[in-house]
Parts: sequence; C-alpha cells; structure tokens
Amino acid sequence: MALNQLNFSIENASPTVALGEAFHLGVVGSGDLEMIIESKEQGGAVSFQILSPVTGFDDLWKRVADAFVRESGLGNAHIEINDNNATPAVVMLRLRQALAEATAR
Amino acid sequence: MLQTKVNRSWENAKQDTAQRMEAASRFIGNGKQVKHEDTVALLEAVIRPYDIVNIEGNNQKQADFLAECLNKVDRGKIHDLHMVQSAVPLKAHLDLFENGIAKKLDFAFGGPQAGRVAEFIRDGKLELGAIHTYLELFGRYFLDLTPKVSLICAYKADRKGNLYTGFNTEDTPTIVEATKFRQGIVIAQVNEIVDELPRVDIPADWIDAVIESPRPFFLEPLFTRDPALVTDTQILLGMMCLKGIYGPYGVKRLNHGIGFLSTAIELMLPTYGEELGLKGKICTHMILNPHPTMIPAIESGWVETIHCFGGELGMDEYVASRPDIFFTGPDGTLRSNRAFAQTAGHYALDMFIGGTLQIDKYGNSSTATANRVAGFGGAPNMGCDAKGRRHVTESWLKCGQELPNREAIQGDMPRGRRLVVQGVETFGEGRAPVFVDKLDAWKLAENANLDLPPVMIYGDDLTHIVTEEGIAYLSRCPDLESRMAAIRGVAGYTEIGLQAKPEETKRLREAGIIMTPEDLGIDRSRANRSLLAAKNMQDLVTWSGGLYNPPARFRNW
Repeated sequence: MALNQLNFSIENASPTVALGEAFHLGVVGSGDLEMIIESKEQGGAVSFQILSPVTGFDDLWKRVADAFVRESGLGNAHIEINDNNATPAVVMLRLRQALAEATAR
Repeated sequence: MLQTKVNRSWENAKQDTAQRMEAASRFIGNGKQVKHEDTVALLEAVIRPYDIVNIEGNNQKQADFLAECLNKVDRGKIHDLHMVQSAVPLKAHLDLFENGIAKKLDFAFGGPQAGRVAEFIRDGKLELGAIHTYLELFGRYFLDLTPKVSLICAYKADRKGNLYTGFNTEDTPTIVEATKFRQGIVIAQVNEIVDELPRVDIPADWIDAVIESPRPFFLEPLFTRDPALVTDTQILLGMMCLKGIYGPYGVKRLNHGIGFLSTAIELMLPTYGEELGLKGKICTHMILNPHPTMIPAIESGWVETIHCFGGELGMDEYVASRPDIFFTGPDGTLRSNRAFAQTAGHYALDMFIGGTLQIDKYGNSSTATANRVAGFGGAPNMGCDAKGRRHVTESWLKCGQELPNREAIQGDMPRGRRLVVQGVETFGEGRAPVFVDKLDAWKLAENANLDLPPVMIYGDDLTHIVTEEGIAYLSRCPDLESRMAAIRGVAGYTEIGLQAKPEETKRLREAGIIMTPEDLGIDRSRANRSLLAAKNMQDLVTWSGGLYNPPARFRNW
C-alpha cells in the first residue's frame, strides 16, 4: 500500500508548553495510529509529518493540528504521525495523551 | 328507506383456500408433513398470481429453504406476487424479482440486499409499496396487507404439526395470526420433526403444511460485539452518556442500538457506572436482544428485566439460566417476540440511544446512502416521542419539562418526552463526515423514486447528540436556530462544525445546552479500555460462568 506523506507547520508565536525528551505512542500495525512527538527549536512552530494510506484529507489534518496547538499552547516541537485511518476524534485524543505523557516526564 | 343489501357469498376466502389446499392435498401427509422434495410443487399448488405472500424474513431467523423453493416455481403459473415481509436480507428474496415471480414489495429492512432493492426499483423490476417500521408493517398485516400465503420458520414441529419457535420466535406469531385468521395458508419449514416439543409456540390447527428442511435455517449473530474492538473514543462517548444523560435523567427503561457505543456503555455499567453511584438508578428495565456484552452488568445485579425482539446465537443457555431477568416459558427457554418488544419500544421506553451514518444541520439522521434502500427496522419507533403515551416516569417527565418556551408552544399543559439520543464520532468510517448539510437520503429518494427521503430519526424527535466534542442537549433548545447552533457546536471539524461561532458555543455552554467532557467533569485521559468490565470474548464467557457459548467466528482465543 502506497503511503502519502503530508508536511506542514503550525506557527505559535508564544508557546506556553515545551517538551522534554521524545515520546512515542501507539503501534500503527495493531492500532489506529502511531505518534512520535519530540522537541525541536524552530521559532515556536510545531511541525507535522503525517504518513497515511489515504489522501484527500490535508485540510482536515491541518484543522485538527491547528486546534491542538491552539488548545495546548505547545511550541517548538515536531510530531510524526503514522496513520492507519484514524478519525479526527482519535487523532485529537492521541495528541492530548501524547502531550500529557511527554510533559509529565 | 333505501336498502342496498349486497347479494354475495361471505366465504370466498375460505372457499378459495379450500380449493388450493385440495390441489395440494396429494403432497400433504400425516401431521401435515410434506417431503422437502415436494416443496416447489406444493407452492405451485397453493400460490396464485398477484397473491400477497409473506416469507418469514426477520432480523435474525430466515425461512431460507422456502425462499429458495419459491424461486424455483414455474413463472408461467406464478408471477406478480406482492411480497410483504419484515426484512429482505437473503439473495433469494430479491431473486424473486429478478426471476419475474414477484413484482411488488412492502418491507421494513433491507440489510445486505439494500443495493439490489434500489437497483431493481430503478430498473422497474420491483415496485416498492412502502418502507415501514416493523410495527407499521405488522399493523398493516391486520389491515390492508394481509398475506394470503405465509412461508414461515420454526425450530421444531411435532407429529401433529404444532411448532416450537423458542428462542427465536421473533415475528412468527404475528405473521401466522394475520394469515390464518383471514383464512390464509401457512407453510412452515422446520429444522426437525420430533415426538414431543419443549412447548407449543404455534398450535397445529393454524398450520397447513410442515416441511423438514434439508438443513437448519440461517441465523445471523447480529448483536454480538467483541469487547476487544471497543475504542477509546467510544469509551469517552460512553462516559459522557453515563455522566451527562443516564445519571442526571435517571434513565431506567431503555433500548440500546447495536453500535459499539452501546457495547462500551454496557461494559462500563459495572465499572464507571458503579463509580458514579448509578446502580439501581439506571438501566433496570430493557428492551434488548440478548446482547452478550450485557452479561457483566446482569451478573453485577444492575438489571431487573430484559424483553427480547429476537434471540442471539450462543446466548440460549445463559438466558435460560436467568429466568428472573429474561422472559422464558414453562419449558425454561426464552420466547422472543418482536411485536411486543417493539410495542414497548414505541410506547414505554424512557430512552433510545443509537448511532447513525449522517446527521444533517437540523438534526435529522439517517443511515440511508445514495444507492441503498435499507429501511430502518424498528429504530424510528424507538427513536421518536410517542404522542400516544400517557404514563409518567421520572426521566420522561424531566425531559419534557426542559423546553424553555414550552408555555408559548403548548400552553399550560405539562408534557413528558422520550429521550432520543444519537451518539457518534464527528467523522465515521473512512473519515466520512457524520454531520452534513444535506442527507444522502435526498439522493436516494431521487435515485429510487421515493416520495420522501428515508429519515431514521427526525430532528424534532432527537433530544441529545453526543460526540467527542460534547453533548448537545437539544431538548433545551427553544427554537430551530438554537438547535442548529447546538448541533454545530458539537460537530467538530466537519464543514457543519466549522460554521460554529466560538462566542455562540460559549453562550450555549453557559446555558447548559452544550456540555463538553470538561464541563461534565470527565477526565479524558481515563477514557481507555481499563474501564471495560470485559475486555474480550473470553472475559464474557468467564463472567457468564461458562453459560455463554460464542459463535465460532467470535472464538478468537
């Protein structure tokens, strides 16, 4: 199955949350998605790299990512998502869980 | 005084049936038994062109052998039949129209054949009478759609022709009563003929012929859900339902739809429900098929009674061992009955909760897609506010009192209201948005020449929508505009959801019309599978003390 890659960044001029060490969540083979979240100094922005078996949802990914960055205040981070047809509800849930775990360390 | 007394025979139907049975008599032996090889000839003897014919096609059990035999009749002799039946899930049901044996269809549920129903309507092979609910169709069996011949299905017959329909009694009593008491003909396929039945469900004098089928009838485990497949999002939605709806309204009498949200809720009663202190306050009386995922709640003492539309494969022994809960006969086995369960579902439930494929901006919901005439079975009866209801329960009264401008609309008369809840993720399978501007039902109406778009639950009957964003309490909305705003507010990143205005959503949250998980005091990080009382099929078997016997395809351990 060919995977499609999507890269984009969400600007965050005034981050309120920063990450410590990198954090990995989920297994793409048996679950809905796999996520790696790590600190990356890039002027506040949060960059996303999404690998997904489906296309046509670029705007949806950006909406969810944007809402997550606004809600969490996260900045200077890179998030890799290996998607297995997760719904936006699941993506948001996993982002919140990953951040909660990563900042708790 | 003008008198116009008609001069006619009043026994035409009876005489017609007698003639047909005379033609069939050479195939019918002792105990009304017919050899299975003679079935096609029997059907050719008793059925005439344009007859109204019922093939027992329920949600679950199927008179499949008789359906196949009806396809083999000589279409020169038998054609243009008018089929009336609950469901058309088998290929043979639609083959009748392809083969030119049947012409018209009145039904309630299409299932896997829904695509062919739409196609045949377009191609002129099938004339659609109407799509009904089960209760509507049953009602019409006794009004203007009485079958002349019914082909039914039972587990066992005795040597006189009495029938045992047992666990899966479902629609049989309704079909037989309508047919036989208008002098029609009833033919039964049974799995086996025995000396003595566990009990008599249908008396022999209402039956005209009994055929021992060459193989047992088809039965589908439609209501078995593997707990291992419940997702964290479904658990989050379930937590919101329990804390935001079941608890505050004190919902005691209800039905659960078949989706995984119901599964999550059922499996969280003994855990999260217990923690919320809801035991004995909710879910005490249910109209529900024997869902295996109810076992932990039953075993933990949550439930007082369950009446069933139909059976469920593998649950017979468990159900028979819990006669305080389930409706079992003198022989000890369950008797399901769709007509009675649906009657309770229409009139006596405090709440219906289910899922759907689409909800439009007004709150109308439908599982119809552009090319499938599927019908909705019993959902519209349970998913509506029954205006004929007069008895009062706490949650019904409470929901009815919530409408802020009720005096302006109803005057000073107090009213109650059924809770009708749709629980959905904002995006479903394949990331298709659940919230849409216009339902696909409109396209279906056009494609299949229907008079109306098939709507499962009308927006004005819907009282609550639960999504990962929150609960919309539509029962608290004074008008269509605020209802639409509440729907937008929980519609997430769908096009409908993006039209929500943050200030407006904030106002609705302050007014208690929208509640987010945070507003409800729900910690999202707890939404995971550790809240499920059973995490897989094997756990269900363990909870049941070994009485539940899952079908082979669910035996995954």
